[in-house]
Amino acid sequence: MYRTTLQGILLASSILAGVGTAMAADVTLNIESWRNDDLQIWQEKIIPAFEAKHPGIKLTFSPSAPTEYNAALNAKLDAGSAGDLVACRPFDTSLQLFDKGKLEDLTGLEGMKNFSEVAKAAWTTDDGKKTFCVPMASVIHGFIYNKDAFAKAGVEVPKTVDQFFAALDKIKADGTYVPMAMGTKDMWEAATMGYQNIGPTYWKGEEGRKALIAGTQKLTDDPWVEPLRVLAKWKPYLGDGFEAQTYPDSQNLFTLGRAAIYPAGSWEISLFNTAGLKLGAFPPPVVKDGDTCYISDHNDIAMGLNAASKHKDEAKVFLDWVASPEFASIYANALPGFFSLNSTAVEMSDPLAKEFVSWREKCKPTIRSTYQILSRGTPNLENETWTETANVINGTDTPEAAAKKLQDGLDSWYKPAK
Amino acid sequence: MTDLASEQGTEAARRRPRRWHILVFLAPAVVIYTAVMILPLFETLRQSFFNTVNGEHVFVGFANFATLFGDPRWSADFWNALRNNFIFFLIHMAVQNPIGVALAALLSLPGLRFAAFYRTAFFLPTLLSFVIVGFIWKLILSPIWGVAPWLMDLVGLKALFAPWLGKPSSALITVSLVSVWQFIGIPMMLIYAALLNIPEEVIEAAEIDGITGWGQFFKIKLPLVLPAIGIISILTFVGNFNAFDLVYTMQGALAGPNGATDILGTFLYRTFFGFQLQLGDPSMGATIATIMFLIILTGVCIYLFGVQRRIRRYQF
Repeated sequence: MYRTTLQGILLASSILAGVGTAMAADVTLNIESWRNDDLQIWQEKIIPAFEAKHPGIKLTFSPSAPTEYNAALNAKLDAGSAGDLVACRPFDTSLQLFDKGKLEDLTGLEGMKNFSEVAKAAWTTDDGKKTFCVPMASVIHGFIYNKDAFAKAGVEVPKTVDQFFAALDKIKADGTYVPMAMGTKDMWEAATMGYQNIGPTYWKGEEGRKALIAGTQKLTDDPWVEPLRVLAKWKPYLGDGFEAQTYPDSQNLFTLGRAAIYPAGSWEISLFNTAGLKLGAFPPPVVKDGDTCYISDHNDIAMGLNAASKHKDEAKVFLDWVASPEFASIYANALPGFFSLNSTAVEMSDPLAKEFVSWREKCKPTIRSTYQILSRGTPNLENETWTETANVINGTDTPEAAAKKLQDGLDSWYKPAK
Repeated sequence: MTDLASEQGTEAARRRPRRWHILVFLAPAVVIYTAVMILPLFETLRQSFFNTVNGEHVFVGFANFATLFGDPRWSADFWNALRNNFIFFLIHMAVQNPIGVALAALLSLPGLRFAAFYRTAFFLPTLLSFVIVGFIWKLILSPIWGVAPWLMDLVGLKALFAPWLGKPSSALITVSLVSVWQFIGIPMMLIYAALLNIPEEVIEAAEIDGITGWGQFFKIKLPLVLPAIGIISILTFVGNFNAFDLVYTMQGALAGPNGATDILGTFLYRTFFGFQLQLGDPSMGATIATIMFLIILTGVCIYLFGVQRRIRRYQF
């Protein structure tokens, strides 16, 4: 019995090995990503479009869960089992991989000329000399609202913070809809869709973000505490039991048409479009009518080359294609809400995505305040912000106490260049 | 006399060839165990004495431990995780094991109908994966779609429902109780087996002496299954201080809200592998793993030398 099993295994392996050699002409590139929502789009649109033009190169898209991606990728790269192409998180997470020699230098890649310095900033070394990932997309924060809910409660799209809260009050009084779909269980909703969404209005976008890095402003200063105070006021408008409401819960609450406003990232657009609701979007409200508006237009995803890949030449062919306007157009239209960073303007058909991208013209864009440099040490500012913003909304901490904790944590390792 | 003995010894050695087959039979287990358990353990212990200073991997002595206990942030996180872990363990000891013993005592009652069904039903959750248990309970307890608020509404207790997993005051207790629910089958099975091992004669003798019912359980049966309870306690201790999966699936790697459910396992995971923008720190991770190892080692030693030797065993 044992002998036959063993023979069977040997036979099977030799057959498999034979298949391997027969297919050697085709190179298969594995793509690592945290966008497991995109699996279908890659399989149905992006991969066929590429493979049709490049016979001999096959692609496999193998995503993992967003919260596990970084840890999993680091472990796989160390163990040498990572895919040929890896989706790059912005800033330090990828920079560190590049510094450790895990990612290939792509500065010389032909397609890189299609991107502006700003677009490349999130995947370029501090001295600006080397770029190691091909920028794919950015995401914009704002609020998505249910038009039926607004009509039912008789509210207009709010422009200022006061109008925003007045609208919430009206929706709450009407009682048909949960005024705002957000939970604090997963914490990052509070930080990303809350703090980083409304915050730039108060800290004046890039101005405040750079001042924070330079050390001329502190998280305990008013422009940084005020958004926390506003967040604390959101509490009565969230659904019952929001403390245990997870991110998928919030999405479902909104797509089932039970909530009126969803503090959003533009990446939600494709999911929300499938719900068949009448949706609109508005940028984070400003303090006084006529103030400049600021939006978070955050470089979110890029594609890098695993330095240990066995098929670098083929991978570079793919990366060049990723840098092309053709890819930008497929990607931006297949995934409305992921806005191309390509210098060539992409025509988009989705109305909600168009609304989001139109804010680029009237508002000043910035990126998330915690991502560049400030999350290099321990405690990690981004992770602390998750915990503290959730605490502020839950009422566990006052805005002032939360801001002090964040600044103390930052002070413990970050010494701004004088 | 000694000469004779040694002569006999060499005689015996000559007659019996070296028994190589013992080594051959031991080898697979020894090799595999060494490769997957002992080497990683020593490598972890070694790693905790190293750290990366200015890009170089150097020996730092006890500096990692000094950071863990000396730095106010690290130590606050560590003590928080350790305290939560103790609460996690105490809830298991106070809820899981007594209920397990009680269930086993009920199951071993002669004449209980459907005993096999109950036994299987109570044991079933233990066979489920952590991920399944975590998600099922997250859904049951969800304030939006959960079955729990709906059921409580049916009996008019809706007011008592709270988003338990989201409140710092109740999250740890809730997660502990879910873990108790999952593992109740293990103490039940072990005690059940021990109860079945008690010979009829002992029970009959007790009955002749007029000890029945509760008295019989506490005076006769319980002392006889005490060694099994000891084993269960130490298994619970080791299991709880190594726990990670359930908290991770239910509350995420940050073990919220506000670190309320952070136990040593999640603290180790976050430190070692990193989380979101935080990069992994293998040296500090190994340091925490070493401390966890020492805690478990101490606990097991206290049990082995302090408790197990005192437990009286009865030979039948």
